[in-house]
Formats: sequence, structure tokens, C-alpha cells
Amino acid sequence: MMESRRIALIVNGARHEAETPVRQHLGDFLRGTLGLTGTHLGCEHGVCGACTVLVDGRAVRACLMLAVQADGREVTTVEGMGTEDALHPLQAAFCAHHGLQCGFCTPGMLTTLAEFLEVHPDPTAAEVRIAISGNLCRCTGYDSIVTAALEAARAMRDARA
Amino acid sequence: MTDALAPVKERPALARGPGKVVGHAVTRIEDGPLVRGEGLFAADVNFPRQLHMRMVRAELAHARILAVSTDAARAMPGVVAIWTAEDVADIPLIPFRATKVRGLEPYCQPVLARDRMRYVGEPVAVVFADDPYRAEDAAELVVVEAEELSVLLDATAPLGEFSPGQDTEPTIVRKAYGEIDAAFRDAHAVVELELSVGRHSGVPLETRGAIARYDAAHDVLELHGTAKKQHWNRDEIARLLGRPPQGVHLFEGHVGGGFGVRGELYPEDLLVCAAALRLRRPVKWIEDRREHLVATNHSREQHHRIRAAVDAEGRLLGIDDVFFHDQGAYVRTHGARVVDLAAGMLPGPYRLPAYRVAGHFRLTNKTPSATYRAPGRFETTFVRERLMDAIAARLGLDRVEVRRRNLVSAAEMPHARPLDALGTEIVLDSGDYEGLLDKALSRFGWNALQGELAARRAAGECVGAGLAFFVEKSGLGPSDGVRVSVDANGAVELVSGAASVGQGVETALAQICAEALGVDYARIRVVRGRTDRIEFGNGAHASRVTVMSGSATWEAALAVRAMALDTAATLLQLRPSDLTIRDGEVCRADGLPGPSLALAEVARRMGPNSPAMRGRTPGLTAEKWFWSDHMAYPYGVHLVLVRIDRGTGQVVAERYLVANDIGRAINPMLVEGQIVGGLAQGLGGALLEEFRYDPSGQPLSTTFADYLIPTIAEMPAADVLIAEDAPSPLNPLGVKGAGEGGTNGVGAAIAAAVDDALLRPGAVTALPVVPATVRRLLDTLA
Amino acid sequence: MKAAPFAYHDPRSIDEALHLLATLENPRLLAGGQSLMPMLNMRVAFPDHVIDLNRVEGLEGVTEQDGALRIGAMTRQRDLEEHPLTRARLPLMTEALTFVGHWQTRNRGTIGGSLCNLDPSAELVAVAAALDAVLEVRGPAGARELSIHDFPEGLMTPALAPEEMLTAIRLPFWPAGHGYCFAEFARRHGDYAIVSAAALLMLEGGRVTRVSITLGGVGAGPLRLREAEAMLLGAVPSAEAIRGAAAHCERIEAMSDPQAPAWYRRRLAATLMRRALEKALARAGGAA
Repeated sequence: MMESRRIALIVNGARHEAETPVRQHLGDFLRGTLGLTGTHLGCEHGVCGACTVLVDGRAVRACLMLAVQADGREVTTVEGMGTEDALHPLQAAFCAHHGLQCGFCTPGMLTTLAEFLEVHPDPTAAEVRIAISGNLCRCTGYDSIVTAALEAARAMRDARA
Repeated sequence: MTDALAPVKERPALARGPGKVVGHAVTRIEDGPLVRGEGLFAADVNFPRQLHMRMVRAELAHARILAVSTDAARAMPGVVAIWTAEDVADIPLIPFRATKVRGLEPYCQPVLARDRMRYVGEPVAVVFADDPYRAEDAAELVVVEAEELSVLLDATAPLGEFSPGQDTEPTIVRKAYGEIDAAFRDAHAVVELELSVGRHSGVPLETRGAIARYDAAHDVLELHGTAKKQHWNRDEIARLLGRPPQGVHLFEGHVGGGFGVRGELYPEDLLVCAAALRLRRPVKWIEDRREHLVATNHSREQHHRIRAAVDAEGRLLGIDDVFFHDQGAYVRTHGARVVDLAAGMLPGPYRLPAYRVAGHFRLTNKTPSATYRAPGRFETTFVRERLMDAIAARLGLDRVEVRRRNLVSAAEMPHARPLDALGTEIVLDSGDYEGLLDKALSRFGWNALQGELAARRAAGECVGAGLAFFVEKSGLGPSDGVRVSVDANGAVELVSGAASVGQGVETALAQICAEALGVDYARIRVVRGRTDRIEFGNGAHASRVTVMSGSATWEAALAVRAMALDTAATLLQLRPSDLTIRDGEVCRADGLPGPSLALAEVARRMGPNSPAMRGRTPGLTAEKWFWSDHMAYPYGVHLVLVRIDRGTGQVVAERYLVANDIGRAINPMLVEGQIVGGLAQGLGGALLEEFRYDPSGQPLSTTFADYLIPTIAEMPAADVLIAEDAPSPLNPLGVKGAGEGGTNGVGAAIAAAVDDALLRPGAVTALPVVPATVRRLLDTLA
Repeated sequence: MKAAPFAYHDPRSIDEALHLLATLENPRLLAGGQSLMPMLNMRVAFPDHVIDLNRVEGLEGVTEQDGALRIGAMTRQRDLEEHPLTRARLPLMTEALTFVGHWQTRNRGTIGGSLCNLDPSAELVAVAAALDAVLEVRGPAGARELSIHDFPEGLMTPALAPEEMLTAIRLPFWPAGHGYCFAEFARRHGDYAIVSAAALLMLEGGRVTRVSITLGGVGAGPLRLREAEAMLLGAVPSAEAIRGAAAHCERIEAMSDPQAPAWYRRRLAATLMRRALEKALARAGGAA
């Protein structure tokens, strides 16, 4: 019963083909098989949100998906936000507003907010708060994350204008 | 260094350098890799051929171990080795750090349980396999045969037997001064309370991890994924495994929060090290969340029976406290520190002529306990401030007024208490307590709030406000050192014995270095948590880094500056006093045009091949050590407005102010981050978080569904007032630590506010305040 | 916390899924994974076979037919939340969905998965009961239907034979303008409800012409308060009448655990029910 499957998927715009044990969850696949350690595992039971990645544009908990379920899908992790030369506006805003301390929850916050701002480009602070209510942070007390998110939203709207 | 005990009548001139970056909310140099997902947390560390370690943990709270069968587990694919206690019999019990308390040694924990298991989660056996999934498969097949013993789960209950000849109370920490019995005899009134704080802990978002690797080519044992206390841990690991300290190196990458619980020496750290040495392959262990909640240090659980004697004006004549500290199953690396801290810090900011405390340090069949942010202070601020509120209620005094009458005044600073904590005498170094209280009340709008509360109550709401005054401790010595160097390219490197727990230590130290040296802080490389880069260090805990390593940085950077100016002066044919350093260039101090010299050039001229360095130690580098015999005492006030939903009993914190004097803020943005983050954790302890056990000692808070960490939805509107009115006279920067003030007073303030909302002083006697309890209280009050 | 080994199957049709369900030993169906994956990771569930429904055709979608919304079992909670038909026809469900887990869990979680998991606190189960949902089930013997009220057999045990699976849910909707409210109490936002209350009502001429009152979190399955409903039917929904209806909650049998003992659940039920009825009334256009 140590079954494996070969899967093919797009991660951060690049195509990957790899073998995975069927019981391996997507978080371990990204971190271990693909070496993308930016996605962090905080609980492995779907509560903390640190492992959040985008699958076909939707924020999901990577610990609650089997890697085989991502076959044929497009996955975006924190490493896929921004470019070599420029940070994503969310990443830049987090730096500017002290939206992180230890940085462990940060990748999950960023991917969650990335989808959220796609869908709600002009949110209120209250809406941002609901958006990240499924992401635990033990360091910041959250206020600076909300500030950073609103700043990023503004920057992204300005860039589109 | 200033004379620590001379009274400070005027505000000392704060050391200011040419760099102009200290005191500014500059962005952090740590952030780049972290926002890109390029961090190096323990789970991100990998070595070729590594094995994965998986613990087999006790499933009974107290039992005699009869047999551990590993045959079925050994047969599983990928398994390389399985150890039980016999395999590690040569590794001694895990020690504790130096403490005056005697008699704790028999209560220390073995790396694997020997004849008895004493708490659910205790390591009993360990599996090494080629993959973490397979290691867990094998661990499931290890069978532990055990005979249940009776469990002890209450630290106030009669003592049990730890082992033949040893009961479950390793020590009682006693402190006393003044005429306590006379105080109670002559008192106008005596107030008595019985209070308890629930078991909770740091629970960082990153679980623990340890990766050991034996570099045979250099005969060095490496341990990666460490935090907090590398040098002491290195020395102990070396000693316990029979290696010389120089043959053990500890490395720190990124750390996903510490809060006191990460970075102590645990069984798993020793096991990965021993395994790397014996199995001759790197060994990686990453704790999972369920393990974390039963295996990583718990904290806070104390039960106090406290009495205060007061005069007719509500002034304290004496406090007498007996408390029971639930240490869990073993003594860990802190010894009896938390009890010692609690006993020493309980008086807080108040004048106290007489005091007696007996802290019963007791073992139970629960996860072992140690320090967690504001250890001993979250608990005793709760207890002491409840006492002050009770005194106010008894004498019909306003809650603020009773504090005014008791606060040590600015004129009395420094104020020595005939007490010690952590081996240092308690001397409140500086502070204008009443001044900050006034600022805080004004900022929060306390007086106007009373009217608002009355109006809201008249409209049917259940609302109340609470306050708590706290004193923190920081800057624990005895020392720390920093080496600052400038290389031939002008790059500045700062190597410190400090560690990180994610709080921004690099940025703070870089700012201090930049301020003194005159360079761009963002170009300074800060090295911390590396025993191979600096021989000694005392790590990151007790809010000490900015004070200790910060002061050492200041002195080292000033020394480098002086060396650079000396050398440049000769080259530029000016006097050192005519020069300054701006943006890494040595130039005229008066701003007039003239020749300048890049620090890079100065460093080159000071290299080992330079004839000018003949007879001297080459390099533009200096190492300085900062020593301190006394701690610095930040202080402040917590103020909160709560609303209680009568139907559900839910307590909602609407608005919160933390006012905290920290002497001097190196980076106000980082300080605010510490305070708000600390507040969130304090709120968890006040309202949500608790490690509960069933009557047989089975833990009930084993996942994040049961152990409730505050999400953003639980946070109040938080305001932070950072004050710098009372710089510490004990270090050149005037800083006090800022790591724990946000947490310290939350339990006390929330309890006070709930009492106020219920219009019933003394209603809250235990934390956390849970909705069902409030609902009950509302019923009984109706 | 890694799952124990299992064999993995990803059928493409309902027939294929049913065939696997009937022929494999110790199988589990994997829907959104938000309940099953934690159980697998924690090794409290250890099926030999996992049958993944995420690629099965014909299990998703929302359609309107004969006065009901027919929702495929694999319809994602997030899609339900945003679907114009749900918003138009089932405002109770739309409101309840904001309490179901978090944004990220709703992106994967399904309505069928939640119903079959039958957690006593699950909001969607309570909503289904409030609306008198009809469940469409398929097995080797063919298709059948059953009422949501007959679905919970015991704690987290649906009335499904081992070879059966839920394929769709039909929710008869209430006429436009009906009053609705979903209220719950949880320790933190997004946590499973300790107790939840769902109220639906219709008014005509100042009187209640139709009413549905459901409690979640008090027993293995949701509890329809028929007595309270009977009390309100035909009555003028005054504050007193609502209090009277809510008071029925004080007499129910409720689950108990150290964190939320039975007496507390009853209190919560009464409070939440009163609030839900008041809100539903306001939305129906008549304030008490």
C-alpha cells in the first residue's frame, strides 16, 4: 500500500512532473518533493492557515489536500508572488508596515490576501479582518497586517489606474 | 558604565551618536527573505542522507513501564534504528541552569522514560527512519506495556511520591522582609483572596525542530534549528554527550516565535545529537502540533492564597502570599525560576513595608512547565492587582486612587526592595509610575469613560472598564558581547551572542551600531545564534537583547569609530576630534569641504599587511562586553473596556491601551509590534487558552480546535503609548526591554473590567474567564 | 501528523465511484477534505482506500426545479455562498455560510461533505433541517430519497448504507420576502458553533403564517422545535410570544461536555433563538 503516482502540475508558472506517494499532502509535496519551503506547516489539521497556497487561484490549506489532487492544476505559492526584481505589493507593504515578526505565518497571510484582493480590490478594514480570520499569527497581534493589506490594496488599485 | 546604585535626580543625557537612526521606525533588515518565502526555519533544513526521528510518547499520565516492544516496528520499511531507555542510559538527566535553589536534581527528566512515565506525551522510545511518514508508521507499532499508577493533577492537593524518598514538592521558595505579623496585627483592614491562573503557554506557530549532523571530517557535532540560549545549550550538550564544547556548534536560522518555550534543552535535542553521532547520518526531527501541545513547556498554572494588611487610607502595610505552582512532571532547565520570579516580582510598583511569600514548587502528572512571556509576572500582576481592587472595594475607594496612594514615587527611585529574583537584588532602577498612570488615563479617556459606561448601562448594556499597573523586568545579565568589524570593502559585520526568536533583534542591533558608527543600518550584517562565530553569549530571553547586546553593540561600535577616526586622522593629517563618520565616509565634522576617506579604505589601511599596523592587532574591529548586576525595570498600565453579552456570557474587549515606559525606544515600530503581539497572547491567557486535563490525566487540549489561540476577530482596538520618561541609568542607551509588557497586565485588566461590568468586585477569581462561567455569575448576581 | 498508508482512487463518474464503494474493503469517500484530511493526518481515521470524488462528473451545481434548489453534493461552500440562486432563494443558507469555517476552508469544503460528516455543530446541517431538505442518495440498488430529519442515525452517523453515497440535496425555498436569520455562538469567529439557531417565518396580516425553528449543537442531529413552532403559528409575533417560543429551549435535552455543559447550551439556545426570531421578524417586515 505504499502507492505512488506520477503527477504533472504548474507551480508558480513552471511545469513540474514528479512522483508522489498518494498519501503525501500538498504541503509536503511542495516543500519536500519540489523544494519550495516557503509554504509552512503549523498544525497539519487545517486551523492555522500557515500552509495556505493558491490552487487554480483559490486559497486552500495545503495540508488538507493530497498532492495527487493537484494533478493538472495551477498552484501559486509565496515564492511565486513578486519577481526577482520587484516584490509583490503585498510583500512590500508587509515590510513597510511591520506586518511580520517571526515570518512563519507570513506566506499563508500573503497568499490568502492575494486571492482576497483579487476578489475585493477595495476592501474596508473590517473586510480585511474577516479575510484573515482563518490565519493565526502569534507575534504581531494582527493590526499591522491589516494596515499592510490596505496599503497594498491601494497600491494595486493605483497601479491599475 | 554608570554607577548603578546612585540615585538619579535628573534625567541623564541619552547617548546619541552621529548616525541618527536610533529612535526611528525604520523597516527591518530581516524581512526580505521572510516575505519571499526564502526563510530557513528548522523544517527547511535538510542534509543528504538524513534520517527522520519520530518520538513514541507516553499515553498514560503516570505508570510503571513494564516492557517496550519494538520488534514489529523494526520490521517496517525504512526503519534504521529504534531506541528505548537502555540505549541512552549513558545520557544523564537533563540539567537546569544555575540557581540558588538546592535539591532539584532528582526531579530532572531523562531523555527517554526509564522505569516510569510521568505525563502523557513523555518520550518513551524513538524511531529513526528514512522518511517522516514511514517513521510515524513504525512508531505506531511500538507497544508500551505499563501498569497504571495513581495520578496527581492538583498542586494544592496533599503531596504524592515522586520516587522512594522524594515527595512531589522539590522545594518551597520563601522570601520575606519587614515585620509581617505586626503589619497584620495592626492593620485597619485585612483583605484575603484565593486566585488562580489557568495553564497555558507560548504555543508559537512554528513547532519545535532539531537537526543534528556530525561532521566527521572536522569532528564537529552540529545542531541546527536552535534558538534562545545557544551557548549554554552547547556547553550542556557537550557535557552530557561527552564531547568538548569546541566540538559542538549550534546554529540558528529563522525562528518561528519563541515566547520562552523554544530554545530550552529538551529530550529531543539530545536524542538527535546522540543519534547523529551513533548512526553517522544527519538526524532531523520536526515536532507536530499535537506533540507540541503535550511536549513543549507549559506555563502559568498557579494558585494563590493571598492576604493584604492595609491602613485606613488603603496603604499597604504588608502582603502575605502562599502559592502553589503546578510544575508538571519534571524540573526542566529553568529549575524553580518561575516561582522565584513570581515571589520576587509580586509587590510590583507599590510601596510595601512588609512581605512574606511561600511559593510551593510542586510536581504533578502533567506536561512540565517553564517560562512563558512575562513569567511569574502575568500571574502575580493578576494576583496583586486583584488585591488592589479588593482593597479599593473594601474601603470604598476609587480603584485609581488606591493605586496612587501606594505607587512608589519618582522621588524614591532607585527603590531597592530587600528581595531578590534570578539571583539579582530587586532595585527598581527608574520610573515615574504616577506620571505614566496619568498619561495613560488621559490617553484612554478614563474619566469621560465613566460617564459613557453609565449611559450604556442605562441603555441596558453590560459594560465595564479595568486597569492594571505592572512592573516588568528586563536586561538580565550578567553579560553579553558583540564584535563589530569593517572589512576592506566597507561592509560592516556585527557578531553577537544574542539569539533571535523573530522579534527583530538584527534591526535593533544594526540601528544601534549604525548610530554609533555613522553607517547605513541596512548595510550591516548581523550574526546571531551561532556558537561557531562567537565564543560566549547568553542568548535571547528575559527581554535582554536590546539592553545587553544593544549596550555591547553601542560600545563596540564606538570603539570601532574611535579606531577609524584615529587612523583616518593620521592619513588626512587632521585631529580625530575634527572628524566624524557619515554614511560610511570619514569626513570633516564641521561640514566644510575637504578630503574624506571611505571606511573601506581605512579598513584596508588597517589590514595585516599594512606597515602602519606593525606591532598592533590588525583589522578595523572591536569586541566589547557589557556587564550588568541589576535588571532594568520597564513598567506601565493596561486599560481595557469590555462588553459582556448577557445571553452568552461572552466577554468582548472593545478597546485596549497599553502604556509602557521602556526607557528608550530604539525602533518604535518594533516596540509597538512587541506590545500588540504581547497583548494578543495576554488576551489568549485571559479569555481563551487553557491546557485542560481529564481526571485520569489525559490532556484535552490537543489540537488547535481545543486550544484556542486568538484570531484577529478576538482583538480589541489596540492603542499603544510608548513612554521614554524613565531611561535606565544602568546602560549607555537608557533602554529597558520591551518584549513582555504587552502581556504582563492583561489577565489583571480583563478581570477588573469583567468585575466592573458585572458590578461585582471580586467576581473573577480565575483565568481564563470563560463564557459559561460568566453566564453562571450573571445568574447568581441576578 | 502524517496519514497512514492507503490506496487512492479517483473515479470520473458516479457509477465508477459507487462500484468502488461497493467492492473495496474499508473505503472512505473524500469530498472537500476539510473534515476527512485532519482525521487522516491525525490517524483517527485509517481507511484502506480513499475514493476521491473531486473528479466525478455530475455532482456539482445549483439548479432551480419545482420550488426547490437542487444542489449537487460536491458543490463547494464558497460557490454556494456566491451563487445568485442561493442568494436569491436561500438567504438563510447564505447567512449561515459566513459562519462555516473560513474563506480558505470554504474554497474546498462541500455541502455534501458537511452533511455526511454530521458534526453536531455543523451550520449546513442545521440549515438543511430548517428548510426540510430532501437528500438524494444513490447505491448499488439504485436511487432513493430521504428527509434530512431521518438522516442523523447517531453521533456523526448518517443513515447511509456502506455502499451508498449522497449525490444531491434539494432545499425547498420559501417565498420571497420571508424572514430568516441564522445565529450562532462560538468561542471564536469561524469555530464550530457551540449552539446555533435558524429561524424562518412568514407573516400575513400581522400574524405568523409559517415558521421553522431549528437548533444545532444540542444533540447528534439538529433539533426542530415543533412545539415552539406550533405556539407561534397563527399568533401575533409580539416580544412576549417570541420569548415564549425561545423559552422552549430551556426544556430541551442537550449534550454536555466540560467546556459547554448542558445547562449552558440550553441558555445559549434560548438566547440565540430569541435573537434569531427577532431578526427574522424584522426581515419579514414586522418588528415585535
